[in-house]
Amino acid sequence: MLARHDEHTTAPPRVDHLLIAGLVKPGARVLDVGCGDGALLQLLADRKDVDARGVEIDRDRVNACVARGLSVIQGDADQDLDAYPDDAFDYAILSLTIQATRNPKRVLANLLRIGRHAIVSFPNFGHWKVRARFFATGRMPVTEHLPDTWYDTPNAHLCTIKDFADLCRLVDARVERAVAFNTSGQQLGTWVRMPLTIHNLLGEKAVFLLSRHPAEK
Amino acid sequence: MASVSIEPGRKATSAPAEAPSPEIVKRTALEEALSPTSPSVTFPASDPLELDCGQLLGPFTVAYETVGSLNAAKSNAVLLCHALTMDQYFFRTNPVTGKPGWWTDMIGPGKPIDTDRFYVICANILGGCMGSTGPVSTNPATGQPYGLDFPVITIRDMVRAQVRLIDHLGIDKLFAVVGGSMGGMQVLEWASHFSERIHCAIPIATAAWHSAQNIAFHEVGRQAVMADPEWVQGRYLLSERVPRRGLAVARMAAHITYLSEAALHAKFGRSLQDRDARTFSFNADFQVESYLRHQGSTFVDRFDANSYLYITRAMDYFDLAGEFDGVLANAFRGTKVRFCVVSFTSDWLYPTHENRKIVQALNAVAANVSFVEIESDKGHDAFLLDEPVLFKTITGFINSAAARHGIAPARSAA
Repeated sequence: MLARHDEHTTAPPRVDHLLIAGLVKPGARVLDVGCGDGALLQLLADRKDVDARGVEIDRDRVNACVARGLSVIQGDADQDLDAYPDDAFDYAILSLTIQATRNPKRVLANLLRIGRHAIVSFPNFGHWKVRARFFATGRMPVTEHLPDTWYDTPNAHLCTIKDFADLCRLVDARVERAVAFNTSGQQLGTWVRMPLTIHNLLGEKAVFLLSRHPAEK
Repeated sequence: MASVSIEPGRKATSAPAEAPSPEIVKRTALEEALSPTSPSVTFPASDPLELDCGQLLGPFTVAYETVGSLNAAKSNAVLLCHALTMDQYFFRTNPVTGKPGWWTDMIGPGKPIDTDRFYVICANILGGCMGSTGPVSTNPATGQPYGLDFPVITIRDMVRAQVRLIDHLGIDKLFAVVGGSMGGMQVLEWASHFSERIHCAIPIATAAWHSAQNIAFHEVGRQAVMADPEWVQGRYLLSERVPRRGLAVARMAAHITYLSEAALHAKFGRSLQDRDARTFSFNADFQVESYLRHQGSTFVDRFDANSYLYITRAMDYFDLAGEFDGVLANAFRGTKVRFCVVSFTSDWLYPTHENRKIVQALNAVAANVSFVEIESDKGHDAFLLDEPVLFKTITGFINSAAARHGIAPARSAA
């Protein structure tokens, strides 16, 4: 068991983290690419007893993760995933990071190669507020969830839920589950009950559970 | 590998196992080399060490220090591997220099490697000159110092000697093996050849091989020693001579590689030494010259020139991938060891990219690895200095691994 470090876990877990934790099977091997301060890894270690590993590009965050006892390496999703062998993990997670990679297609393909499942969350650029801001101002939208100006943002490859679904088809990923959240963090209905277009309009961010093997559950 | 034996009935003779009294009388390096104040164990000629070069070395002695106490389960032992010119005196006062132990910032009661919790062992390396068998030791075949008759050893040979010591201490599995620089190379050897005997490995500011640049700097040092007429083909001890000039120059050159340009600039800049103007001579006008000369001359008082040749050679020969068909990842295949790799931004001797190669090899076998690059302008030496981020990293990693292996926190430790 990992030692618990309560001083880091006082903040309530993020809704997308809770959803991801719900998707991960107990005891699984998990790689969180772009693990930030390690909140999701800690949640997974504490609640699901997973073998949790992380990759993070920001040196200070890596140091903080390792200092709290997490197995995290300083690295870059665009460069350092190539070293991992196929099927090294049960889940390869990319949490709110794909939009900041240089080559999202390659990163996604790598996730599906090294993980039996990939879990990807991202901010939805198709959200109505983003569209409205763009329509009204004619400038790159700045919203509460995408607060950076175009010249300051690390988000080089923002996409909509529809765009991401297209990319999944392109890399032969099977979508096992997809969930969108509104701006209050509430989960929208599943695909069956609500068409993709509505998710793309109302979802502020989305979480996709993917697998590489079309036949595999 | 053939040299590894865990049979308990080994006929080894132990020197005093008790810690030396605190009021150590300062001793010369030669006295310490031939008869260390620290505990030591001598393995008889009938139980020699099989070396990479093919020779058998025996009898051989391993001098070591321990701090803390071994718990009943013998599960809290930490082996510390020292760097090129260090020794077993990581905690207690060095009997030759009279200076405090070299890693008291990292190891001690309440420190990141807490001696109230862990039993920390550090052995003088094979080939060293602080009590373990090396070129200063007496060659039983001649009754004279080995000198250049000492076999050329490798990092792996050093580790083989450490394995013997761990066997002798009755420890089956080490909780951790820790070391920086050349110590990190030993950690990597442990993790690749004796992985079943360690839980975690902490290689710091190191590399899985010696680069051409590393070898080049070492060759400068060796040539400086060998160019000194007092070296007399390595037989200087017989005529009570010491190649002081050569060894000092070797140390000066090496010392530059342990620092960074920023650190040198911050410490000295172009400041003059005890003078207001240039003297238009080759005196040590600049502070940096005076500093290096001081480093060189004090080093000579505590280190043996032939030892320096042998140890630098061992480092140059180090190429872990070369021991595994040229594929570094093969060194770690199937490993259960938890790794924590640490590098420093301004270390140009064993730079981050060399440490990252180790991490990538570990990733290639999906090993459990943490990797931290620490921002520091202190160069390679940063690992020995007061670097709070290093301490936090090691504390977090050790505590997490110890909890996983059921080692009690310090207060309730056995």
